[in-house]
Parts: sequence; C-alpha cells; structure tokens
Amino acid sequence: MDWSKFNIKLMSMAGQGGSAFGMALMEIAQSRSDFRVLSADMSTPAGLDKFKATYPERFINVGIAEQNLIGTAAGLASEGIRPICVAQSCFLSMRSFEQIRQYAGYMNFPLIIVGIASGLSLQYFGNTHFAVEDLALMRMVPSLAVVSPCDSLEAAKALDAAMSYDGPVYIRLFGGPGVPSVYGQDYDFSIGRAIRLREGNDVEILATGSMVKTAMGAAQLLESNGVQASVVNMHTIKPLDTGAINLERKILVTMEEHRNFGGLGGAVSEFLGGMAKHPPLLRIGFGDGNIKVGSYACMLQEAGLSAEGVAEAILGKLK
Amino acid sequence: MAVTSSFGSHIGGGFSAMEILAALYSVANIRSMEDNARDRVIISKGHCVLAYYTALWKKGFLAEEDLESFEKDGTSFYGHAARNLSKGIEFSGGSLGLGISFATGVARACKDKGLDNRVFVLAGDGELDEGMVWESLMSASNMKLNNLTVIVDRNNYQVDGLTEDVMALSSLEDKFTSFGFDAVTVDGHSLSELTEAFGRKSDKPVAIIANTVKAHGISFLENNKLSHHCLLTRKKYEQAVKEIKAEYGLE
Repeated sequence: MDWSKFNIKLMSMAGQGGSAFGMALMEIAQSRSDFRVLSADMSTPAGLDKFKATYPERFINVGIAEQNLIGTAAGLASEGIRPICVAQSCFLSMRSFEQIRQYAGYMNFPLIIVGIASGLSLQYFGNTHFAVEDLALMRMVPSLAVVSPCDSLEAAKALDAAMSYDGPVYIRLFGGPGVPSVYGQDYDFSIGRAIRLREGNDVEILATGSMVKTAMGAAQLLESNGVQASVVNMHTIKPLDTGAINLERKILVTMEEHRNFGGLGGAVSEFLGGMAKHPPLLRIGFGDGNIKVGSYACMLQEAGLSAEGVAEAILGKLK
Repeated sequence: MAVTSSFGSHIGGGFSAMEILAALYSVANIRSMEDNARDRVIISKGHCVLAYYTALWKKGFLAEEDLESFEKDGTSFYGHAARNLSKGIEFSGGSLGLGISFATGVARACKDKGLDNRVFVLAGDGELDEGMVWESLMSASNMKLNNLTVIVDRNNYQVDGLTEDVMALSSLEDKFTSFGFDAVTVDGHSLSELTEAFGRKSDKPVAIIANTVKAHGISFLENNKLSHHCLLTRKKYEQAVKEIKAEYGLE
C-alpha cells in the first residue's frame, strides 16, 4: 500500500488511534473483504464511524465487553475471517488478557488486536485509563507479535503489515489528534525489523511508540552537548530485533511510554543478560507506583520522558 | 479412561453429559470435518472429556489407541480437549466461560458465509457464574444468531457443592429468555427429549437446559461433589460398570 504525502499529513493531523487507523482501514477495505472489524463500544473514539457506515456488514460492535470482543473474534478467525479487534489498550490488555492468551497464544488464531489510547493518552481520566503495563502483558502471550508504532503513518503501515502477518499481532496506538510525525514520507516497514533513524557513536537510544520523536529531540540536545547519539525505532517489541542493537557504544538507552520494566526496557535487558559483555543500560519509562495525574505533557515531563529530561539522564549516566 | 488415568478424571461432569453428547452427535450433521458446511459442535465445559472423547470415538474421529493414550505422557488427549480438527475437536476447552463467546463468533461467521448449518455449544451450569458468559449471550441475540444452540448441562453441582448454595443460578430458563433466547428445559438423560430439543428451529438463538445428575449412573458418586475430579480404583470401576450396565440394560 502506498501512502501519499497528503495522506500522511492528514493522518498526522487526525492522530494515530483517533483516525489514521480508520483511514488505513478504509484503504485496506478497498482491496480485501476477508476481515471484520470488532469494537467494544469504541467506534467513534477509534475513528471507525466512516468504515462502519460504508461497510456495515463488516463491522461488529459487542458493546462494553472486551472479553467477549476477543472471544467472538476468535470464533470468526476459526472460520478463516481475519478479525481486527479494537478497544482501549488498558482494558483490552488487562480485562481480556486471558482471552488473548487463550486465542492468540494457545489456539494461535491470527487476531489483530488494536489498543487505542495507550500510555497516558487519556490524561485526566486517571490511572484506571492508563495503559503502562500492556507491553509487558502482551509480550507474555506465546507467538503474539507486539507492535508499537511511532506516528500516524506507522500506525497505518503496522495495520497493513498485520493483515498479512503469519500470526496474531497486538498494535499499540497512542494519542489524540495532532500526533507529531517521525516520517514525512513513505518508507519500508515490516514487523520485527527495527529502523535506524540516526547514527551516533556515543549512545544507542532504542525508542518505541511516542518516544521515538522524543528520542530524536533528545539526540539533538545531546549533540549540542558534544555527545553523539544513535536513535533506533524499535516499533516491534516482540519479536525483538536484537540484531539491530549496536553494542559498541558507551551506553544503551531504552525509551517507552510504559513502565520501565516488562516492556521494551525489560526485553532489551533480557537480551543483554545473555551477553558476556555489554554497555550499561539506562531504562527510561515510568517506575513502579501510580502516576500523579496531570496534563499529558506535564506527566511525561515529571517522569523524565521529555527530550530535555532524557538528554539530562543520558548525560548523567555518561559521567 | 477413568480407571487407567493415575491422575484422576472429571467423572461427575463427564457422566452428567453422557446422553447429551450421544444425542448431540446423532443429531449434528458432521459428515466430514473438512466439509465447510458441517454443523459445529463446541464444547465449552472442556472437562467432560470422558463423554466427549467417547462420543468422538463412537463417531470414528478418535481411534481406540487415542482413548488408550488418555493422560499418558506425550498424549494429545488429556483432561481438557484441545482443538484438533482432524480428530473432530473444534475448540480448546478448559478455561470456563469461554466457549459461548467463541461459538457466537463461529455462528456469525457461518451466517456471513451464507451457510445453512447449525452451531451447538455445550456449557456447564457452574461456568455460567463467569461474567463473560452473559456478555456473549447478550451479543448472540443482538446479532440474531438463530443458528446457535446453547446447551446447558444442568447437573446442579460445582466444585464447592450445589450451585444453589455456592452461587444460585435459580431459573436458567427465565434468564436465557430474558437475554433473548428461545429457551426450553428437558430431561438431560432422556435421549428422545434431547434429540427433539436439538432439532428445535427458532428465529432466536436457542437455549436447552438439560437437567442432569452429576456422575449419573454411578450410585456411590451421584450427587456427590467429590465426583467432580477423582480417581477410580479397579474395584470401584468394576462396580460402576456393573451398575451402568444394569441401568441401561447392557450385557
């Protein structure tokens, strides 16, 4: 599927989980009909209303029932119909965790599970609505690919890739409208293959999701401090592209809008644990404990997930 | 199987469902598992394998050696049946409350494919405690799945005792009716009543509450919560066989 610059800009304005995803579905629906979109009362927030109106026979709303969402999807998948299940990341990954383990893991049906509003997207809704454990949970499901796209275009490309992936896929979307673009034009994306965005010899930054853009900002700040940083877009947490990680650096850094354990940081730690020699790892993300509620920008800043905060932490680690 | 396994088996819930599975496999139209238009039989109460594997063996899906491998190292046939289409098994049971939801997806898919088949799902009464069951029942009538038949093995027991003591289910017929089902209650040990009920056609999804006795046919285990999962000694096994033969007039 090709994406024009116009579409990329439009999707970026619309936001990942708000509408870019819905736009991508409309594109995909033109060339194939062997799938159904299932939603747990999230059609409007996920930008699916146009799809629903255009293809009512391909859309199933199960109501506010994430467990039944995954169960129904598995029944469809067992009959050769590819299901795309959409709900909020927090409820999808936690309320229906067992269903995901049963159907994507144990029975190995190729479910496409799309969590919207991940991380701290829902701001003042508070901790009930934050999804900062979903990567850890989804990583535990046998054979489930875990993908965390960095901008609207990548969200669309991840969905497109998931449609032809041989196995189940979890796609983690974040944010409302106005997601800053990492990519200004179309590029090659495939699940499980990380993308190096920037080369620098001192520091290897491995970032995922919303943190890729922040990592690019941090790398620029580091450069003005005389530190050269690489940035790798680790859009796939599982299977982790360990071959893409350059160990010939002074330090490695992981960045994610997730707890700093169990997700990307956890996955990279597990990989490094098997190496005889490796640079120290700085894991940037939320620690243990509840998150003090505030605006999105404020919460990220408090947790050190701003470009300035990350640059400062890296400089501290290099001392 | 009940006597050769050293781990023990779910005797109570197997024997309560014996006639249900016998009748179901005589009604369900499954000429071949490769036939896309076959009726689908989904076993949500995955622990009824003593009845389920036996029915599959009678239908020719399982071989004698499959039954003999029950709960032996390396077997594919253990305490909860796992999906294996070549052996006639549509669903991996075990975790309670999952099967009806899965069946609604299958029923919806069959309708979308324009098939004229039926989807049967067998649930236990205890597993109706699970909240997800009621999500899926709402969804079944909302999707107008009149190709779906939910069968409840109403044996009145769960692990800790009587369902009405542990978590009262009261009138299941009323509950299913209020969830938009065409619900009927039958004697779950009467082959003729079951067969007639399984043939029921409706413009709504159908629910059949089959009243049964846990560990039916084995006097020393009937209506005894310990029958849920237990070991059978050779001596007790022989007594059970004798009783069952007497009850069913078998040689």
